[in-house]
Amino acid sequence: MRKLMKLALASTVALATSAAAWAADFKPAVIYDMGGKFDKSFNEGVYNGIKRFTDETGVEVMEFEVTNEAQREQAMQRMVQRGATIVLGVGFAQADAIDKVAGENPDKKFAIIDVSWLDKPNLRQYAFKEHEGSYLVGMAAALASKTGKVGFVGGMDIPLIRAFACGYVQGAKAVNADVEIMQNMTGTTPSAWNDPGKGAELTQSQIDRGADVVYQAAGGTGIGVIRAAADAGKLSIGVDSNQNHLAPGSVLTSMLKRVDVAAYQTMKDAMSGEFETGVRTLGLAEGGVGWALDENNKDLITDDMKAKIDAASAEIVSGNVSVHDYRSDNTCPAG
Amino acid sequence: MTPASDLPRWADVVLLPILNLVAALAVCGLIIFFLGENPFTALWVMIKGAFFYSGSLGYTLYYTTNFIFTGLAVAIAFHAMMFNIGGEGQAYIGGLGAGLIALWLAPALPMVLVIPMAILAAALFGAAWGLIPGILQAYRGSHIVITTIMFNFIAGSIMVWLLVGPLIEQGQQSPQTPKFEANALMPKMHEIGGGVFSFLGSSPLNLSFVLALLCLVGFWFLIWRTKLGYEIRTVGQNPEAARYAGINVPKIIVIAMALSGALAGLLAINELLGVQHRVVLNFTSGYGFTGIAVALMGRNHPVGIFLASFLFGAIYQGGAELDFEFQTITRDMALLMQGMIILFSGALAYMFNPWVSKLLKRWMNRGEVTRV
Repeated sequence: MRKLMKLALASTVALATSAAAWAADFKPAVIYDMGGKFDKSFNEGVYNGIKRFTDETGVEVMEFEVTNEAQREQAMQRMVQRGATIVLGVGFAQADAIDKVAGENPDKKFAIIDVSWLDKPNLRQYAFKEHEGSYLVGMAAALASKTGKVGFVGGMDIPLIRAFACGYVQGAKAVNADVEIMQNMTGTTPSAWNDPGKGAELTQSQIDRGADVVYQAAGGTGIGVIRAAADAGKLSIGVDSNQNHLAPGSVLTSMLKRVDVAAYQTMKDAMSGEFETGVRTLGLAEGGVGWALDENNKDLITDDMKAKIDAASAEIVSGNVSVHDYRSDNTCPAG
Repeated sequence: MTPASDLPRWADVVLLPILNLVAALAVCGLIIFFLGENPFTALWVMIKGAFFYSGSLGYTLYYTTNFIFTGLAVAIAFHAMMFNIGGEGQAYIGGLGAGLIALWLAPALPMVLVIPMAILAAALFGAAWGLIPGILQAYRGSHIVITTIMFNFIAGSIMVWLLVGPLIEQGQQSPQTPKFEANALMPKMHEIGGGVFSFLGSSPLNLSFVLALLCLVGFWFLIWRTKLGYEIRTVGQNPEAARYAGINVPKIIVIAMALSGALAGLLAINELLGVQHRVVLNFTSGYGFTGIAVALMGRNHPVGIFLASFLFGAIYQGGAELDFEFQTITRDMALLMQGMIILFSGALAYMFNPWVSKLLKRWMNRGEVTRV
C-alpha cells in the first residue's frame, strides 16, 4: 500500500514537472470575437473547450476579446509579441487577420474556427457542416409539429446563417414535403447576435402564424426565442451548445456544434507537439455536429422520431444522403 | 448652449475639462481597486499601451483619425443646431462609395487619380446619406434625430444586402468584397517619408491622418471665416433671427447636414483604404456614435475635437492593453472609462464650477491683497 502511494506520488511529481517543462516553451493564446466569451453560444463554446484544457493541464491560456475591426490583427500580433506559440482565432471574421499574421510568423502555430479557405503552412482551420446538424433538427421539427408549420430565426443575415436555415429546410421537407417553413433574420448589424427582445418578437409572430416549433441560430438572441416559445407553450430548438436545459420540456432539442472540441484539440495537439495543419471539416461523421438528447427533452422525442433521425444521420454519414450546403453555391434549392 | 460661466476663459477651457477628466479616471480607478488590481499600475499599463511600446502611438493616432472625422461631422451639424446621430450610417455608405471606386477604377487608373476620387466618392456618398434627413428636416419637419437613427439601419441593411449578395468575394464565407488593388491603398505612415515616421512603429496609421488634420483646419476656416459658416452659426443660434436677416434657413440646414455626412463618410478612407483594404461588414464599429461624445467634449471647436479625439484614441488603444495585462479587467473597462468621461465632461460638465470659481476668487483676491 505504502509502495503504491509512493509510486503514485512519484508519477504525479513526474507529470507535474513535465507539464512545467512544457509550459516554459508552450504559451497558448485565444482571441474571442465581438460576441464576447460569455455569449452563451459560439464564443462560450470555445471558452468551455479552453477551460477544459486549462483544468486538465494547468496551463493558463492568454485571452483577448475583440471590440472593433482593427483589433483582430493587432491582438494577434500582440499575442505573438508576448511570446504566444499557438494563437487560436474564433470566427470567420478573423480570417484576414490570421492569414496575415500567420504569414509573418512562420515559426508560430495558428488555428482558426469557421474558416476553410486559407492556405498557410502553419495554420490549422476548422470548418463545421452546420447544414448536416441543421438537417437533423429540421427533421425533428417537422416530426414534432402538429400544425405542419415550423419556424427559423437567424441572427445576422450572412451566408453562415443561411446555411443553417437551408439545412433545416431540407430536413423538414424530407419528413413532410408540404411543411410550411417561416424564416426570419433578426437584423443586419452585429447587434442581431445579442437582441433577445427582437428574437422573442419574431418567434411570437411566427407562432401567431401557426408555427409550433422554432429553430434559432442567433447567438444571444436565441435566448429570447427559447423564452418566447416556452411562454407560448410551443417548442424551440437550441443551437451551438446544448441549450435543452434553458427551458426544460419546451426545447425540443439542440443542434450541437462542437467548437469546444475544436478549441480543446487545438491546444492539446499544440502542447503535445502533434499539431498538423490544414483544413479539418467536422460534420456528422466526425462528431463535429449533432443533436442533443438528454433528460430535459427525453419526453419530447418519441422512439419513432429518434429512430427516424438516427436513420437519416446514418445515411448522411455513409454518404447515401447529401445535404446541400448553401455556401457551396450561395443558393438553397429547397427554398 | 452652455450655461453662463463666471470663470475666466482659461479656467473654463483648460482647468474644468482637466478636473472632469481626473474625476472620471478616479471613479474608474476606484472600480479597478475593487476588482482587486492596483489602479496606478493599471493607469501605467494604459499609458504604456497607448504611447510607448512599438506601434502603439501609431494605433492611438489611427483611432484619433477616426474620431476626428466623426467628431467634426457631429460638430458641423451642431453648429446649425442639428443633432446628427447618423454618422454611423453616413460613414458606412461613404465606405460604399470609396469601395466602388477602389474596386472599379483601381485596376485601370494610377494611384494619384484613384485615391482622390475615392475620397471624393466617400464624401459624396456620405453627404447624400446626410442630405436626405436634412431635406426631410428642413422642408418636412421630420425630426433629424429620428430620421438619422433610422438611416443608420437602412444603411446597415443595404450594406449587408450588397456584401452578402452582389459584392461578396467568391470562394469564402465572410461578407466582404475582394481586396482592393495596391494603387487604391492609402500609404501607411511608417512606410513613407524615407523612414521619418518609423518611430511610430508598424501600425495602421496612414495618410488619412493628414487628411483629418486638413479637415480640422478646413472646418475652422469654414465655420469662422466664411459667409456660409456665419450663416450656419446664425441658423444654429436663432433660426428666426436668421430668417429675418434674409438667410435661407432650410437651405443652410440641408447644406450643414450634407457637409456633416461628407465628413463622416471620410472615416471610410481611414478604415477601408487605410486598414481593411476591402469593404467589410460593420467597419464603422460605433465610431459614428463616439463622435457625438468627441464633439461634445471638444466643444465643437477643431482644437477641442483634436484633443478629445486623441484622448479617446488613447483610451481605445490603452484600454485594449488592460485586457491583455489583467485577467480580471475585461475589454469593457475601456467602455466604462469612455462612459465616465462622457458623464463627467458632458452631463456633469459644470459640476465643479461653483467650487472652482470660489477657490479662484479667493486666490485672486489674496493676490491683490499681497500686492497692496
